[in-house]
Amino acid sequence: MQTNSDEVLIGRIAKGDRLAMQVLYGRHHVQVYRFVLRMVRNETTAEDLISDVFLDVWRQAGKFEGRAAVSTWLLSIARFKALSALRRKPEEELDEDAVGAIEDHADDPEVALAKKDKGAALRTCLSKLSVEHREIVDLVYYHEKSVEEVAKIVGIPEATVKTRMFYARKKLSELLKEQGIDRGWP
Amino acid sequence: MMTADERGEIEELLPWHAAGTLDRREAQRVEAALAEDAELARRYQLVREELVHTTHLNETLGAPSVRALEALFAKIDAEPQRRPGTAPGIAMRIGEFFASLSPRALAWSACAAALAILLQAAVIGSILIKEKAPGSYETASVPTSPGTEGTDVLMRFQPQATVSDINRFLETNKLSIARGPSAGGIYRVHVSGAKLSKDEATRVLNTLQQNRIVGFVAITH
Repeated sequence: MQTNSDEVLIGRIAKGDRLAMQVLYGRHHVQVYRFVLRMVRNETTAEDLISDVFLDVWRQAGKFEGRAAVSTWLLSIARFKALSALRRKPEEELDEDAVGAIEDHADDPEVALAKKDKGAALRTCLSKLSVEHREIVDLVYYHEKSVEEVAKIVGIPEATVKTRMFYARKKLSELLKEQGIDRGWP
Repeated sequence: MMTADERGEIEELLPWHAAGTLDRREAQRVEAALAEDAELARRYQLVREELVHTTHLNETLGAPSVRALEALFAKIDAEPQRRPGTAPGIAMRIGEFFASLSPRALAWSACAAALAILLQAAVIGSILIKEKAPGSYETASVPTSPGTEGTDVLMRFQPQATVSDINRFLETNKLSIARGPSAGGIYRVHVSGAKLSKDEATRVLNTLQQNRIVGFVAITH
């Protein structure tokens, strides 16, 4: 139902309806923000990017053909913007989270605590995945996108979507193993 | 009992099964595999854990401040005034046109369209009858009906079968596609240059049916 009414909103946005833009923004901005934030790891950048994403929607609404769900279209735009921002970002701007993603085998207090709590360890390791692996895990588990939709967002064949997800999960298990948690797979 | 390939395929689908984004047919396939394979079921539990914690992680990310919305509308205000001619895509325009018609107008339009199609069919039919009249000729090189030599079957492949799967299957079994796909994804597949007996044809049919990429197969009569 929401998918259909999203398309109606896009039709109204194409005609310059600001209220429709506000409704669409209200409906999707949190999901888009979280998707972008997980990629760029910087709240200010993520906020700047979502206003750019929705500005593209305002500009491109007339070209939307409805071949994919509006949420899938939004995430495709968001992904493109996030990757462009990552390419522009100089190394010195790496924030603490990003630095945390660089592999460190030392058993720091965070790791020690994580060992006690498997859930926390899993979440720590999810944050340590590469951008490529993080985005696919988020799209499948959190944004509930089908194989076909992920293929459209990421721009890869459906078979690659499945194998990339498999390798992302495999990497996750390896990171957990480094923290002393053996899941018995792979 | 699943083959290693089938098991691998099912295992790759587990994340989408946990997220509930598989179609019903695939979901049933995964469910059946999970019921018969305890190790696969254990791995499915790992997938479910991942889903729970990915959701947890994302839900703790918070939401953007109102600054993002303000920035968006400031940018929209700075945009050039939208021209009246700027309109939605063609598919959306067609959809909007039909949606704007009243049910009565829509019914009359449908009747008019059906009448136009009937008239067109009548004109084409009369031309064809005229051409078939005695004294007219047909090209000898192009058969107007399917070939009657050899043995063909009607076949539909599983939706998840890839082009390379189908090519491999045709090559291995020395088959060729004679025609198709027609409605419902049915192909006419040439299985032998000779007219096979009923027993031989049934044997071939049973062999083909066992392949995992074949969804449906039947002998043509």
